[in-house]
Amino acid sequence: MLTAVTAMARTNRTALWASIGAVLIVIMAFLAVGAVGPAVVVAVINASIRGMVPITLGAMSGIFSERSGIVNIGIEGMMLIAAFVGFMTNYALSLPGAPSVFQAEPIRMGLSILTGMLAGAVMGLLHAVLCIRFKVSHIISGTVINILALGLTGYLYMPGATTLGRLPPMIANPFSESAGILYWIGEIFLKKGFITYATFALVIIIAVVMFRTRWGLRTRAIGEHPRAADTLGINVYRMQYINLLFSGALAGLGGVFLTLEAVGQFERGMTNGRGFIALAVMIFGNWHPLYAAAGALLFGFATALQGQLQFFGINIPHQFVGMLPYLLTVIVLAGFVGRAQPPAHVGKPYEVE
Amino acid sequence: MSESSVITDSPTNIGLVRGVLRSAAVPVLSVLTAMLIGALFIIVAGYDPLVAYRGLLNGAFGDAAGLTRTLIKMAPLVFSGLAVAFAFKGGLFNIGAQGQLLIGSVTSAWVGFALPVDLGNPVLSAVVHLTLALLAGLLGGALWGAIPGILKAYTGAHEVITTIMFNFIASNLIGWLLFAGAPGEGLPPGPLNDGNGVIARTPSILPTAYLPVVFDPPGPTALHLGVFLAVIAAVLVALLITRTTFGFELRMVGLNPTAARYSGIDVKRITILTMVIAGGLAGLAGAMQTLGVNYRYEPNQSLGLGFDAITVALLAGNNPLGVVLAAFLFGAMDAGSTRMQFQSNVPSEIILVVQALILMFVAADQIIRMIYRIRGEGGIGQMFGTGWGQR
Repeated sequence: MLTAVTAMARTNRTALWASIGAVLIVIMAFLAVGAVGPAVVVAVINASIRGMVPITLGAMSGIFSERSGIVNIGIEGMMLIAAFVGFMTNYALSLPGAPSVFQAEPIRMGLSILTGMLAGAVMGLLHAVLCIRFKVSHIISGTVINILALGLTGYLYMPGATTLGRLPPMIANPFSESAGILYWIGEIFLKKGFITYATFALVIIIAVVMFRTRWGLRTRAIGEHPRAADTLGINVYRMQYINLLFSGALAGLGGVFLTLEAVGQFERGMTNGRGFIALAVMIFGNWHPLYAAAGALLFGFATALQGQLQFFGINIPHQFVGMLPYLLTVIVLAGFVGRAQPPAHVGKPYEVE
Repeated sequence: MSESSVITDSPTNIGLVRGVLRSAAVPVLSVLTAMLIGALFIIVAGYDPLVAYRGLLNGAFGDAAGLTRTLIKMAPLVFSGLAVAFAFKGGLFNIGAQGQLLIGSVTSAWVGFALPVDLGNPVLSAVVHLTLALLAGLLGGALWGAIPGILKAYTGAHEVITTIMFNFIASNLIGWLLFAGAPGEGLPPGPLNDGNGVIARTPSILPTAYLPVVFDPPGPTALHLGVFLAVIAAVLVALLITRTTFGFELRMVGLNPTAARYSGIDVKRITILTMVIAGGLAGLAGAMQTLGVNYRYEPNQSLGLGFDAITVALLAGNNPLGVVLAAFLFGAMDAGSTRMQFQSNVPSEIILVVQALILMFVAADQIIRMIYRIRGEGGIGQMFGTGWGQR
């Protein structure tokens, strides 16, 4: 009982800090609109959202994995493989010889997203097999996945491969610039691709699944105390395998966002540490989907701000802004602000009796 | 083991040989199996694996220049591999070798170019200057390792996440220190940039701080002293772990921090010291590149080195002398991959695939034991609890 209360107090403290951060960002935005005009502010907000999406999905991947007791530092590799496979599917379906049915945008893009997510899920399965069947240290298994992804995608990389195009914005902005505030709101909330909208929906769905369904309760139970869950008749390994498939698929969606929606091209090592940032965001958000998404927005905002500092007339070197999210994560992890409260049994192998 | 004492009157020798064979079997078979799977990948992509692997061998050992390349690549891998292996012995997973060696390569460069040493005697000046530059690398890395160590000891913040974060913080910090400047946007160059306006690099270090060349085969590469320093460091680390009180306490904390605490060991002190020494070793890995290869800090001079270090340490079973062998293997793969790509058109990234597979087989040694029917007890992969919690 006492632990439950303190855990709640801790979560609420993180929530408190997250909301204080959000309020500060909004106040800064209003001040900035006065200083630099709406165009720059909206550009920063949109860049923040672009930066936020893959990190959010990576963090959701981490939540599925870690809530069921398995540390996942392979998110980076899962994202990278998926980014590559999604892009290559798009490339293959874009070739002149491909059946025209598959070349229609919804089917081509749908298949590309699916194969990418599938590739991520396969990596999740590999992680599960290594961690559960072979009891390999979760961190070593994750490292294997990261190196393997870097090697495989670099090895099979085809420079100059082109496609028929990337995911277009789903909704056009019906307002013209003369509509003022409505136009700028449209610029922020409309004109986004499918994966961006899907990400926001997924965050809410995952929050509900984790905290309001039987599946979520069981997942959290095996992350906290697998022996107890086992005794109550929950199949711990089966839950872990399935959660890691979800984990891989979600990281995969984050990966294909890069190649199918944001950039439209594959580059070697293009995930560029986002998987690790996602891990940090997950901890930052105390293993909760909503707080993690808020943390991802903060990271996206810090990245977006780096490129725009001079517009705001601020003269601190942009690298220091780039450092901030990482420093914040360390501060949160060290317990100076709130307290990171990981699932109790995360990272330890579990042996069914 | 028991039958050997019956058969022979020198059981310890037989046991030793057998023990070495047994402990080497899994790593050796892991490497071979990974190379075989790599060959499959090469065949599937439509290349000839024999041509590729011959190119790899030639590039790494084919002539004096190849062997020199291998040894040059090996030197920083030994230091960074030791940085990871040493921390492992103390129960810490140091993913931060990358950041520590970046900081070390810049601090050693700074002493190398900004601190002229002239003591009249050129040899004496060089010895003093080189020592100072190496010490700077050591201290830079040690400082960068100390912070996660202190956080772990006093707040329980898990070193895996904090060291990953400090990798990013290091690359941002170095990005600022070496920023080439953007005059168009009114941004001045960073404090350590040489003012070339384009590349993020330091000025050249003074020749007194160069790691001396010990062997200069025909071709652009020359063997510097670093690889010998690396081997000496490995021996010293091995002695530190096995022959000193500190080493004993370190291993005890690594095996069971709770038991260590109850037996009166200051776990906080050991944790911090472990990370300081590990960081220092990684810092020296960075100094190898700066003082022995590029003679300045250049961008991407140590790309991925800190992560190779993890594989090297695990392949070596965290044994310091094993690290030397594993680093030699990885140095050879690295040195030979360019020639391989040149001779067979196989992209050099296949080496990363092979390295990942090696790591996987070494960690999940049950797979190897199953394939080759080797008996034996659990592998290194299962040694570490990897939760995020407090120790």
